[in-house]
Amino acid sequence: MIVHGNESVLVQGITGTQATFWSERMKEYGTQVIGGVNPKKAGTQHLDLPVWGSAKDAAKDQDAAIDCSCIIVPPPGVKSSVLDALDAGIKKLVILTEHVPVHDVMYFLAAAREAGASVIGPNTAGIVTPGECFVGFMPAFNERVFKQGNIGVISRSGSLGTLVCLDMVQAGFGISAFIGIGGDPVIGTTTRDALQCLDKDAKTQAIALIGEIGGGMEEEAAEYANGMTKPIVSFMAGAASPPGKKMGHAGAIVMGDKGSYAGKKKALEAAGVTVLPTPSMLPDALRERL
Amino acid sequence: MNFEEHAAKPLLKTAGIAVPEGGLAKSADEAAAMAEKIGPCVVKAQVPTGKRGKAGGIALASNPDEARTEAERILDLEIAGFPVNSVLVEQQVPIAKEFYAAVLNDSDTKGPLLLFSAEGGMDIEEIADKHPDALVRQPIDIRTGLSSDTIEAALPPIDGVDRKALIETLQKLYEAYMQNDAELMEINPLVATTDNRVIALDCKFALDDSAIRRQAELAKSGAPDKLTELEQRGQDIGFKYIELEGNVGVLSNGAGLTMTTMDAISHYGGEPANFLEIGGNAFVLGKQALEVVLGNPRVKSLLINFCGAIARTDVMTGGVLEAWDDVDPQVPVFWSISGTGEDEARAMLKEKLGTAPYPTMDEAVKAAVEAAK
Repeated sequence: MIVHGNESVLVQGITGTQATFWSERMKEYGTQVIGGVNPKKAGTQHLDLPVWGSAKDAAKDQDAAIDCSCIIVPPPGVKSSVLDALDAGIKKLVILTEHVPVHDVMYFLAAAREAGASVIGPNTAGIVTPGECFVGFMPAFNERVFKQGNIGVISRSGSLGTLVCLDMVQAGFGISAFIGIGGDPVIGTTTRDALQCLDKDAKTQAIALIGEIGGGMEEEAAEYANGMTKPIVSFMAGAASPPGKKMGHAGAIVMGDKGSYAGKKKALEAAGVTVLPTPSMLPDALRERL
Repeated sequence: MNFEEHAAKPLLKTAGIAVPEGGLAKSADEAAAMAEKIGPCVVKAQVPTGKRGKAGGIALASNPDEARTEAERILDLEIAGFPVNSVLVEQQVPIAKEFYAAVLNDSDTKGPLLLFSAEGGMDIEEIADKHPDALVRQPIDIRTGLSSDTIEAALPPIDGVDRKALIETLQKLYEAYMQNDAELMEINPLVATTDNRVIALDCKFALDDSAIRRQAELAKSGAPDKLTELEQRGQDIGFKYIELEGNVGVLSNGAGLTMTTMDAISHYGGEPANFLEIGGNAFVLGKQALEVVLGNPRVKSLLINFCGAIARTDVMTGGVLEAWDDVDPQVPVFWSISGTGEDEARAMLKEKLGTAPYPTMDEAVKAAVEAAK
């Protein structure tokens, strides 16, 4: 789930407005964008890069396997784009599209699992490895927000993840990897998966886990955190949110006690994680733990 | 999107699951007429929420007069804030045994999950609490579906029910879930009758909000959210606005950051007046957002907190500033801006209003909370 500067990246849906803006940023920053996919514009050039009709066609044109695909197509097309990428043998998929029907998500996650591919998202802002590259919608190029270092950051939300990285960098820390896992109720990479990945990452010495009310992912991550030696600090959004309402992220809904702030806090604290009431307190807490 | 029972049950029927005979009544007279037709019946309040029985919204009636009296009473109720506008009048069935059955989108297994309990007649939270061992949890591969053999192996031995009919019903429940892009398709209770039939006495259906577009026809029969006037305006314009009790207005981007902004307001002793995010595709709606937030008369100060990832702070700030003279905010406004496009956003703010954002979100929050006191 960490992306590296030497990895090749295909952008499915590269010709869209958002995709164009962010593909340019990725290229400038050092991401090895090899080109994109748009069935209607196959054979043309976009951003001085080739456009293929499918990921499979793109793969045929390469000497080596494509490492990663960044998927920014409208919701109805996501399922077929993912299946196309899996068909092309791509093993790391970052799905940025929001509002993908959940039945489609479950379908392509099952297919990805069988193909041995990891999926990040949908509805993620992407992943950043400061100093190397990024895939997604994150301001990796903003030096106030991202600087190389040894703190791994996990977040469901792009905007909140950006704020946390900013707070860290302004406090003198640097970021080893940012993993945006996405705000949807069913996603490929869970908080626990991301935590495990950062635990094994040699560059990462400590972790900021940014959670959110709703679902059971933080509780599940707490089980893994229990056996870890790297210090973890956490902020979870939604303590002040009223129960039973969807707060923008489809995943952020509390029904009864399930997914509540109190339950998540308790689980994480029992696993030795320091849980803070605002994100700005994360750097000081981290300093104490290191 | 939630559906009331009367709108959900036809989906089961289409999939081939038996439901009691009956129909919807919007008045006591209509209820009595229905009872005349079907005999001893159940009168059930139609509201998109659970626990109707406990709220007095479900009653038995043995004749048309009783049906009229009960319908009259129930149509006067308000359940969990929803006024009862209609009742479902259905034939009573001779119950031998009650079960719980549902298929839902499960985030843990990342696929559909069949839930079944031979201990029915209570809600799922209660079943999970009191009879956790009796709850069957069968994950389903959405690519291959749910076979009768899988269900057969998953179910415990159950007395007093035609097992084949029960298994078929569960398969059809899965079909109904698939056909309708359900987040949840639940039958509680599913009953075995004394004459050996399997019937769905209730149905709860939630449509996946992300599938509304491709289920447009179906979505027309969904229950609309209960919205305030400002919330309705937000929905019409295309962003998510939720009115809250406090007096610090919030204009922010991204669900996570917006919830965090609310948390920080509450942490520093204030109370947020609303949830509103203009992230995602809504970040060009600065003007309308400003109008809606300030449309709430409780708002005493406004906190504008932008942190740009995909949403560009320059675009959002530009949208808000463009609307500034028109909207003419009468409350103090506190800014925090960082992330994508922040230099341009800061420059715009300086040029238009001669002010600068607070250096950190926390400082902006503290100032906004103080000003609202």
